[in-house]
Amino acid sequence: METAPKPGRDVPPKKDKLQTKRKKPRRYWEEETVPTRDGASPGPPCNKKNRELRPQRRKNAHILKKSRISKKPQVPKKPREWKNPESQRSLSGAQDPFPGPAPVPVEVVQKFCRIDKSRKLPRSKAKTRSRLEVAEAEEEETSIKAARSELLLAEEPGFLEGEDGEDTAKICQADIVEAVDITSAAKHFDLNLRQFGPYRLNYSRTGRHLAFGGRRGHVAALDWVTKKLMCEINVMEAVRDIRFLHSEALLAVAQNRWLHIYDNQGIELHCIRRCDRVTRLEFLPFHFLLATASETGFLTYLDVSVGKIVAALNARAGRLDVMSQNPYNAVIHLGHSNGTVSLWSPAMKEPLAKILCHRGGVRAVAVDSTGTYMATSGLDHQLKIFDLRGTYQPLSTRTLPHGAGHLAFSQRGLLVAGMGDVVNIWAGQGKASPPSLEQPYLTHRLSGPVHGLQFCPFEDVLGVGHSGGITSMLVPGAGEPNFDGLESNPYRSRKQRQEWEVKALLEKVPAELICLDPRALAKVDVISLEQGKKERIERLGYDPEAKAPFQPKPKQKGRSSTASLVKRKRKVMDEEHRDKVRQSLQQQQQQQQHKEVKAKSTGARPSALDRFVR
Amino acid sequence: MNVNQVAESLLALSQQEELVDLPKNCPLSENEDDGDSDGERKHQKLLEAISSLDGKNRRKLAERSEASLKVSEFNVSSEGSGEKLVLADLLELVKTSSSLATVKKQLNRVKSRKVVELPLNKEKIEQIHREVAFGKTSGVLSKWDPIVLKNQQAEQLAFPLGKEQPAIAPIEHALSGWKARTPLEQEIFNLLHKNKRPVTDPLLTPMEKASLRAMSLEEAKMHRAELQRARALQSYYEAKARREKKIKSKKYHKVVKKGKARKASKELEQLQKVNPTVALEELEKFENARMMERMSLKHQNSGKWAKSKAIMAKYDLEARQAMQEQLAKNKELTQKFQVASEIEEEKGCTEEVEELLVPHVVNEVQMNVDGLNPWMLRNCTSDTREAATQEDPEQLPEPATHEVSESEGEERPVAEEEILLRDFEERRSLRKRSELNQDAEPAGIQETKDSSCQDVLSELRALSQKLKENHQSRKQKASSEGTVPRVQREEPAPEEAAPLLLQRPERVQTLEELEELGKEDCFQNKEIPRPVLEGQQSERTPNNRPDAPKEKKEKEQLIDLQNLLTTQSPSVRSLAVPTTIEELEDEEERDQRQMIKEAFAGDDVIRNFLKEKREAVEASKPKDVDLTLPGWGEWGGVGLKPSTKKRRRFLKAPEGPPRKDKNLPNVFISEKRNIHVAAHQVQVLPYPFTHHRQFERTIQTPVGSTWNTQRAFQKLTTPKVVTKPGHIIKPIKAEDVGYQSSSRSDLSCHTVESKMNHHTSQ
Repeated sequence: METAPKPGRDVPPKKDKLQTKRKKPRRYWEEETVPTRDGASPGPPCNKKNRELRPQRRKNAHILKKSRISKKPQVPKKPREWKNPESQRSLSGAQDPFPGPAPVPVEVVQKFCRIDKSRKLPRSKAKTRSRLEVAEAEEEETSIKAARSELLLAEEPGFLEGEDGEDTAKICQADIVEAVDITSAAKHFDLNLRQFGPYRLNYSRTGRHLAFGGRRGHVAALDWVTKKLMCEINVMEAVRDIRFLHSEALLAVAQNRWLHIYDNQGIELHCIRRCDRVTRLEFLPFHFLLATASETGFLTYLDVSVGKIVAALNARAGRLDVMSQNPYNAVIHLGHSNGTVSLWSPAMKEPLAKILCHRGGVRAVAVDSTGTYMATSGLDHQLKIFDLRGTYQPLSTRTLPHGAGHLAFSQRGLLVAGMGDVVNIWAGQGKASPPSLEQPYLTHRLSGPVHGLQFCPFEDVLGVGHSGGITSMLVPGAGEPNFDGLESNPYRSRKQRQEWEVKALLEKVPAELICLDPRALAKVDVISLEQGKKERIERLGYDPEAKAPFQPKPKQKGRSSTASLVKRKRKVMDEEHRDKVRQSLQQQQQQQQHKEVKAKSTGARPSALDRFVR
Repeated sequence: MNVNQVAESLLALSQQEELVDLPKNCPLSENEDDGDSDGERKHQKLLEAISSLDGKNRRKLAERSEASLKVSEFNVSSEGSGEKLVLADLLELVKTSSSLATVKKQLNRVKSRKVVELPLNKEKIEQIHREVAFGKTSGVLSKWDPIVLKNQQAEQLAFPLGKEQPAIAPIEHALSGWKARTPLEQEIFNLLHKNKRPVTDPLLTPMEKASLRAMSLEEAKMHRAELQRARALQSYYEAKARREKKIKSKKYHKVVKKGKARKASKELEQLQKVNPTVALEELEKFENARMMERMSLKHQNSGKWAKSKAIMAKYDLEARQAMQEQLAKNKELTQKFQVASEIEEEKGCTEEVEELLVPHVVNEVQMNVDGLNPWMLRNCTSDTREAATQEDPEQLPEPATHEVSESEGEERPVAEEEILLRDFEERRSLRKRSELNQDAEPAGIQETKDSSCQDVLSELRALSQKLKENHQSRKQKASSEGTVPRVQREEPAPEEAAPLLLQRPERVQTLEELEELGKEDCFQNKEIPRPVLEGQQSERTPNNRPDAPKEKKEKEQLIDLQNLLTTQSPSVRSLAVPTTIEELEDEEERDQRQMIKEAFAGDDVIRNFLKEKREAVEASKPKDVDLTLPGWGEWGGVGLKPSTKKRRRFLKAPEGPPRKDKNLPNVFISEKRNIHVAAHQVQVLPYPFTHHRQFERTIQTPVGSTWNTQRAFQKLTTPKVVTKPGHIIKPIKAEDVGYQSSSRSDLSCHTVESKMNHHTSQ
């Protein structure tokens, strides 16, 4: 009401006016004057309060410390205020019962650490060491921050537990649907589409949309949560496979002759004739690559962002109809009729690796989301789980009554196998553990033989395409409960999708970077480094980084004679030689010890009675 | 007179040639006056003739026969001598006459004046100037080095450098211009002012401050009286001390000192009872004093005074006594401090009492102090414990404190013996145990553990006795006073010790056997699972143990591919069996056919894969390089080939690293280098790194926001240099970094700035 009166001059007369005009009203603070004064009085009472509070605080601190120790002595950051507790005291005199930053569990921090500190580094200069220290400190800090933000992942995965002794495989879908809430129950449905033959299906990356294509030309895309149909067409041609591209707006359909691309209205955008007789499709989302496997035996990579074919690789193994991608490193796994699985990258003309998996031909391949395990099933009716971390050895093997024709991994590591008209699901102990094939977690019988399987991302839902249509069944604990809203947000609007598209395109990974180790970029190209060094030495005529040979210092009083110089040089040389010998000896000893320890640890401990054996 | 002169001149001539001129001058002038120059000349000639008789080559003197140019006014000519006139000659003459002082001065001046050197050439001068300037400037600049370094290492630099201090006005200023406006504020201010509450600094009101400052009168008086009393007492004490200090009686001082020492020891005892830690500190002090004494030569009769006394000592009883006293003092000071032992010994108490008196810890620590040798240390502590254990069960008053009562010199060997003894004892007990374990059946009379322990202890005691004797005898030998019984006693000791020593290898053997046993067990245990897996039992005899690891190695390498694929895997029990139509028709037939097909297919598949892999491996192997030189070491020519031996020697392929799939028969991993990835990798190591692994470590953590939290991402991507838009970035000044400004620093700042900029741009 007043426009900033200059303080000091205007106020007193106003006050007078107020007093004169009206009777002074009783204010709320007038009663409270006494208590406020008491409360606000500084000095001794306050101190007393503090004194009373102090032991409590200490107790708290002590407990805190204890809890830290119980976890592990490694404390990422010392609480700041232990250094000067006085400065942290608040005005009110109240004290933080949990002073300092909250403790971070070490295991969680470890999860985010990427520097392998167990590997020894060669001796480094002081300057280099300081750089290394900075890098390590940075890593620790960022990983602590990441560990702290784990708190934000509030959702927990679903689970299914049988009553004592009850087999979870006996629980049928109807029971689950009855038990769960109505929104989840709505996620279980069947689409009876008997006309257009067995269906292949694909969920979009956000898990919100579902596209399916029937053998007899029926192609449809829908928002399966709301059951809102986006498009439904008949391409009047056999549909072999269907796949969403980077977003739900584009669909790639492998038809009888060529590969076609439709938008979400069902309008045909492209017909790619260079990819003909495609049997299987895979989309690599970070590279914007559509990998197609064809009857002619070619594996073709199509860059959908620029519309160019990046690589067309001849697998030289006949018809290709088994394909899956490794989500960890974007390597394509192809299954062949001679029982091998070959691993491909567009940068190499030949497979990165070949694994002999089955005696008969390979029927299905699937790789889990961490890129650690590969499940294969072959004509020999076996289902195997391979370790992909360098050894490529089977971890577990089971013979199935009729073999599995289709395999798929869920985000949390559940494995589903489609055998005829039955679907079996196996679960492991956690996310990064292989599924144990001892007992199925869930089974379900469908109305027709299975033709396509996929777990829906971020949902506890398994989509099964079969000859009778599409079945969406509930699999508790299948999907990742927490989604990254910036990366794949199921609830994103159109605008958000468009923005994400631009960002994703900007962050597109070049196709030639696909290799078995996705962390290869964090490595130095040693071969060219060495070669460069060699060339430099040749150019210069000497090695600029070589250690200068020892040059004895000239000494006085006749001790710098040639003989003595030579002697001194010889001494240094001998010392170096001895050092080398010592080192090699130590290494040998260590190796031996290692072996002994291994031998001891592997062998069972001798029993107490063994000492009486003569 | 003439005659005299002539005689003189003659003498002079005969003696000196140089001085001839002068005497010649005088007679000549006289002769002219006299007129009888003829006779004179004759005389001269005569003299010459005489002088030439010497045979010496005489100098021809100038003769003034006619007027000539050569003759100077002083009648000096330089002709005859043929030498140059030297300045010194002139001075020689001048010196005698004082009238030539001015000349002399001038000459001196001429002589003293130095010749002005040639000026240096221009280049040289400039070079010198440059050098000096460089030195100065680099000196001035070097003070900027730490700042430059700091800026180089800084994570972020913010420009402009001079931070404007945000003008923090004190709260009083802020408040002075501000008045309460709203009624609420006014009320509050009223309240505050009424109570004289400090508005700005909420600490104490003036009243409170005043009350704090004030003090009651009684209290003040009492305080004063106390102070007075303390002062008086201090003065008394000082006076007393002064008085006592002046007493000259030595006896008195001695008594006082002794009294003090006693008091101190008593106090120490008390302290031990009451507060052992403080006592320990005290003890340490004593120990320190002892150490100092041992280090110094103070009372060792090596000083000047002591030496003089030593000379006198033969004859003078007092001097001898003084020396003795000195030595005694030294001994006293260097003696190890024994806690209460002297007094107790005097009283004749048992050492058990002593043990009670002295806490265990004290003894230990004291021993720790005297020897920094860890062996000694361990020995001492365990020794005391041993003593305790010995005493407890057997009630034997073993002289456990011998190491305390014994003098310094004997301690060492004793300790060594103790070590030896303990070693023996340990071995013995070990052996005992192993024996016990090994021959359980012969040991029908099962000794209880207690008895065996006692046995060991008794043996140990006997041994220790022996060793002690041994030691003593050795000592005596050294002093060459060995008596016959001593020697006799000495002899059996080593003999008895010998069996003990001999027993050692036996024990080792047994231990080795045990170890071997354990190993065998390990082997057997290890072997068991493998044969079961492979279905072939292989008995292992201990004889072929050496080649066992080899075999194992081979086995490990050969993971059988056949097994890998054909192992029977348990079939899954499924609740829902898929229904198929053909299944009902001819299940068995189909099954058989399938089985046969699978079996054949399997063999084919494996063989094909292995073949393929072998081919690929061969193809990827580096090709052999033919390094043979035909004709070297043998005949060469058309139709002659180098010998196979030579070819084998020089045909070499570079050894590559082992293949990754070397031990994985079912896998073929391509070893081809992915050049597309390599193009994206780092190929040159940046500056401070010398090894690629070092650099790799620094690039492990991803920087992007995909992998990091927002905060971490921001921190990781902070710009190196931050500038404030619209602000002039001025060069760094000395004041900015806390240096005092000077004219020189201003000169330097530009260069420093440029240097810094250079670095930051890097």
